[in-house]
Amino acid sequence: MEITAASPAVPVSVTTDNTATPTKSRMPGPGSVRKGGRFGDVLFFNLTRTFAVFTLLMLAGIIVSLFVSSWPSIEKFGLSFLWTSEWNPPMDRFGALIPIYGTLVTSVIALVIAVPVSFGIAVFLTELSPLWLRRPLGTAIELLAAIPSIVYGMWGLLVFAPLFGQYVQPFLQATLGNIPGIGALFSGPPIGIGLLCAGIILAIMIIPFIASVMRDVFEVTPPLLKESAFGLGATTWEVVWKVVLPYTKVGVVGGIMLGLGRALGETMAVTFVIGNTNFLSDVSLFSPGNSITSALANEFQEAGSGLHSAALIELGLILFLITFIVLAASKVLLLKLAVHEGAKT
Amino acid sequence: MNLRTKRKLINKTALVLSLLAMTFGLVWLLWILVEVFRLGVGGLSWDLFTKMTPPPGTEGGLLNAIVGSFIMVGLATLLGTPIGMLAGIYLAEYGQRGWLGSVTRFINDILLSAPSIVIGLFVYAVMVIHMGGFSGIAGVVALALLVIPVVVRTTENMLILVPNSLREAAFALGAHKWKVICFVTARAARAGILTGILLAIARISGETAPLLFTALSNQFWSIDLLEPMANLPMTIFKFAMSPFQDWQKLAWAGVFLITMGVLALNILARVLFKEEIKR
Repeated sequence: MEITAASPAVPVSVTTDNTATPTKSRMPGPGSVRKGGRFGDVLFFNLTRTFAVFTLLMLAGIIVSLFVSSWPSIEKFGLSFLWTSEWNPPMDRFGALIPIYGTLVTSVIALVIAVPVSFGIAVFLTELSPLWLRRPLGTAIELLAAIPSIVYGMWGLLVFAPLFGQYVQPFLQATLGNIPGIGALFSGPPIGIGLLCAGIILAIMIIPFIASVMRDVFEVTPPLLKESAFGLGATTWEVVWKVVLPYTKVGVVGGIMLGLGRALGETMAVTFVIGNTNFLSDVSLFSPGNSITSALANEFQEAGSGLHSAALIELGLILFLITFIVLAASKVLLLKLAVHEGAKT
Repeated sequence: MNLRTKRKLINKTALVLSLLAMTFGLVWLLWILVEVFRLGVGGLSWDLFTKMTPPPGTEGGLLNAIVGSFIMVGLATLLGTPIGMLAGIYLAEYGQRGWLGSVTRFINDILLSAPSIVIGLFVYAVMVIHMGGFSGIAGVVALALLVIPVVVRTTENMLILVPNSLREAAFALGAHKWKVICFVTARAARAGILTGILLAIARISGETAPLLFTALSNQFWSIDLLEPMANLPMTIFKFAMSPFQDWQKLAWAGVFLITMGVLALNILARVLFKEEIKR
């Protein structure tokens, strides 16, 4: 990609500048092309660069403005905001523990379900599926990502949660609920909505992101490596597990981080099904809770006092910083694989 | 069991599991679409497109919400697309080397996946507070900020696909760089860039979170951009969470409209892109 080297024509125009007649026509004469062009070059370069810088300013603007708006809360509660569980608007006492807990727990549940499924989908799409089916199936999985989150939310609340509470939760309670240790996770009344339900819906929403990254990185494995393994008599599974996966593991982790970033920031679907309560008495995944995003979605419009909205904006700031780190890590890992790939070819 | 059978067995099991994973993914897609169709089609009627959102217990439609959504999505696209395209052109044509290009590319990819609710908070902090209240224009700005990263990414990707020989040919004719970009490379990548714009529209049409703190919603007809503006996603949110049957029915109809619109845009974008690759 060496574009600049291919444009020695630009400085030549200097000599003819004085004789050129300025015209605004779209098909100007030879002289005016050069004059308009030179000025246009500088202008266009700076214009595009301004908007590229605009993207950076947007990021800085988000962080600064959220920091400024949440300052009353940061000043009052300090770092203890992070591990205080009391959320009491009338008394003006706020702590972020419950929403942070809800966000982390639902995201972890989502990853536990989504990672193996996405891996299976990626393996199917790269190794197993007949060629003519690859494109339609890949598109179908990607469409899962296109469905707006409010649709997931409404479907989750009115269709999935009732069935989940009626059939799946009692089943989980009967099977996993008796195992000492993890049994406590599945205790409590099966009401459908709650942390587990939110986690499952998040899993469905992030599967397409993780699966398509995994598929793309699996495809960069050099065919030579795979063919050598097949030639030695390896089975398809052994090729995937012992050749493809080790070669692409950086990218796979990058894809998982991307999914995690998506799960952490997902709002509407979670708001519908998490149950929205700021009290958490046990470790059960059946109990309703709150996430950072659902707290914001539910309370922000009613947040009267300055401190209440400042505390909510601080939640938003925490969320943005966490997702920023996760997504940045994901990007770095994926770039690493790209460089690696470049070095091989 | 000897080693050979064991390895074969493991292989079979793994491949069957991967088939199951694929089915698992498709089942959710089908289930959601079937339910949206089943529950949404029942709510479709002429009233839906001609009447305003009703108070609970009375007949009504979604006219103000549909119009509000069109206005906000349209303006946000008009506002965000040029910014995104210019930034994308910078990345592809000028920023292949140098720190600004790589940093912008990195940050843009993060903004692409950043939580949309945070964008809403940002617009609230810099616009809504200072304007004294929720407004349609704040919603437009929030949605435009979501359009930009999508358009930047696709514009850059599509411009990079344009063969360098095309650029060199134009330069050899004495064309200036900005003309080469505007009239040769951008034109060659037209369909691809359009694909990106369609995907961006599809993305913001269903976005609810950034509108929570910006456009809010409006029970009544209003096309004043300085007032809270009705829109489909927020109306669905409010109606779906309510206990009223007729509100929920309207919400399903709204969900049906949004889902079909978004899927149609996505499929259209893919078809366009496929044509582009073929040429």
